[in-house]
Amino acid sequence: MTTTLVRAARPLGAEPRDLLLRDGLVAEVAPAGTLTAPDGARTVEAEGLVALPGLVDLHTHLREPGREDAETVDTGTRAAALGGFTAVHAMANTAPVADTAGVVEQVWRLGREAGWCDVRPVGAVTTGLEGQRLAELGAMADSAAGVRVFSDDGKCVFDAVLMRRALEYVKAFDGVVAQHAQEPRLTEGAQMNEGAVSGVLGLRGWPAVAEEAIIARDVLLAGHVGSRLHVCHLSTAGSVEIVRWAKARGVDVTAEVTPHHLLLTDELVRGYDPVYKVNPPLRTDDDVRALRAGVADGTIDVVATDHAPHPVEDKDCEWSAAAMGMTGLETALSVVVQALVEPGHLDWAGVARVMSQTPARIGRVASQGGSLQVGEAANLVLVDPAARWTVDPSAMATKGRNSPFAGRELPARVVATFWEGHATVLDGALATARPAEAGSTWTR
Amino acid sequence: MRHLLSTADLSRAEAVRVLDVAEQMAATQQREIKKLPTLRGRTVVNLFFEDSTRTRISFETAAKRLSADVITFSAKGSSVSKGESLKDTALTLQAMGADAVVIRHGSSGAPLRLARSGWTSGAVLNAGDGTHEHPTQALLDAFTLRRHLVGGGPGGGPAADRVGADLAGKHVVVVGDVLHSRVARSNVHLLHVLGARTTLVAPPTLLPIGVETWPCEVSYDLDAALRGDVQGPVDAVMALRVQLERMDAAYFPSAREYSRRYGIDAARLALLPPHASLLHPGPMNRGLEITAEAADGARSRIVEQVTNGVAVRMAALYLLLAGEDA
Repeated sequence: MTTTLVRAARPLGAEPRDLLLRDGLVAEVAPAGTLTAPDGARTVEAEGLVALPGLVDLHTHLREPGREDAETVDTGTRAAALGGFTAVHAMANTAPVADTAGVVEQVWRLGREAGWCDVRPVGAVTTGLEGQRLAELGAMADSAAGVRVFSDDGKCVFDAVLMRRALEYVKAFDGVVAQHAQEPRLTEGAQMNEGAVSGVLGLRGWPAVAEEAIIARDVLLAGHVGSRLHVCHLSTAGSVEIVRWAKARGVDVTAEVTPHHLLLTDELVRGYDPVYKVNPPLRTDDDVRALRAGVADGTIDVVATDHAPHPVEDKDCEWSAAAMGMTGLETALSVVVQALVEPGHLDWAGVARVMSQTPARIGRVASQGGSLQVGEAANLVLVDPAARWTVDPSAMATKGRNSPFAGRELPARVVATFWEGHATVLDGALATARPAEAGSTWTR
Repeated sequence: MRHLLSTADLSRAEAVRVLDVAEQMAATQQREIKKLPTLRGRTVVNLFFEDSTRTRISFETAAKRLSADVITFSAKGSSVSKGESLKDTALTLQAMGADAVVIRHGSSGAPLRLARSGWTSGAVLNAGDGTHEHPTQALLDAFTLRRHLVGGGPGGGPAADRVGADLAGKHVVVVGDVLHSRVARSNVHLLHVLGARTTLVAPPTLLPIGVETWPCEVSYDLDAALRGDVQGPVDAVMALRVQLERMDAAYFPSAREYSRRYGIDAARLALLPPHASLLHPGPMNRGLEITAEAADGARSRIVEQVTNGVAVRMAALYLLLAGEDA
């Protein structure tokens, strides 16, 4: 295995250090300029770059199996590596649904074969995402994939009894239910955030209360049964308030927000361009402000991409016929820098916390989410904080061209990504995949 | 004008210009030979993804009276009614050389999408999109109102008295299913730009969230609005179509209750000043939002609206395809 000397990077934004990556581990960390590269080692000059633990995405749609026209595990994890991720959680809404040990093991194996990052399958809570019966959660937990996160994402576990049972049941294997909070009746046919803009555009509204009512119910349920709960993609100010209240009450709840909900608002829908159609919908300025404040004060624990690639034909049509979702893996870090770091809500240690350490802890990914200390797995990303770049979806590794940031100039660029010491990205471009047979000392 | 997508895009001058050209067009329609050579050799495609016999016929008539070649394409019920084929349909029409596309579509924003996508280079004319807008309906309503409320008075004096005029100071009450109404949205914008006051009246369930940001007043009480208690005396009332299916979705409890609280009948019309007009965009549900007595009464301009629709659509096609800058 290649040994790499990373010279003069700033770990989590602190003073420059040399880091020696050897045998998949962070072998040495010393003040900048004090380590010399062993024979045969690669040297990466990282002066001026920030080193973060490899990013961990709790919410990725890789589309395989079933929608390989939209994305595959290979293309999706290439995009992940380019975005600085060393682990992604692959959502269960594939075809077939990831509701059995067989499907989650298939996705997990495809991830290992691709060799761009850890692929941690998310298991469905209910069979077929139909909200009727629990899927075999234990079998998925015990499988080679070692599933710990369960979600019907795309659909809400709406039945209160089923939600309660799921929350209770996964305690046996330290799992967590990640809820897609969307009251189905209040959102029938809904097309965009319900507010002044939806009224003018004549698009059916998606009220904030449809999200908030489910979150309120679920934090109460989680408190009642003493389970941990994760809330996917918060999008409203009210949701932030409810989670803040629940945490103050001692409920074991974690919450996530997407990069796009931290930057974009429903004003963008005025042109009816379906690239802005997403679930949950883009909300208002007030919501964006509340979400940023929620990350800043720790109410919101993680930023997760909800990377949702779609083929061109699913977006190149009128609004109501278009699919919901946006790509995000290759823009997430830059958007977080723009929305949270530049305005002063987070420092680099904060970025490491919300994009790596906390998601790894929620997903129970032991080898990920470190703090670049000696002895940890060598998962890290080097970021050029001074770079600026213009988003060009056609230049991305994901198959999806549906980036809402197309044409925008964003700050900060991923220069290199190391997954257990293996360079998946160098000089801002894909390097090599890790050979599947290399395996990992850190599996599960 | 490059396209006609929304009345919100119209300036006062542009809106008045449409009404003035429509007056000229209406005058030609009094002649024995109604056909003008203006658009000879131009092709107008009527692209109707939703059934709408009256709007389709009105546009067809307007285009034919201007000597355009008219192709009508009804997509409803065919495989084309699926969303992704809007693009392919547009590309096909473009390949055939359409100079203007008149589009009716169930999806709000589809005409804007068509105009901005580059799928067609022709002018796009919105003939009603989802619950968004129906700009030619609002223009024909304004045309009808101007004829009755400005210049010569009821039925209209000489057109010269109205040319160049807007609807400054007039007050229009719009009652009905505002939430799902593209007619209401287009009218609110247009009446505002023409200087009129609008009062929207509906049960709270049939008003969109955010309606307080619109340039109009809102009331839940039809009688108060008609009496002039909301924004002063009323010059016209417009009843909107209410679909009975809304009842199943709990927007209101029953047809009877709706009629009682929000229906237009002779007694309610008697609350209005003598000159006030009654409009309805059609098709009517007689007995629900309007009684037969009201619809067929002396104040009703409903049949006249249909006639005026042809003149206004002729004006819109003329200004989009042959018009010098207004």
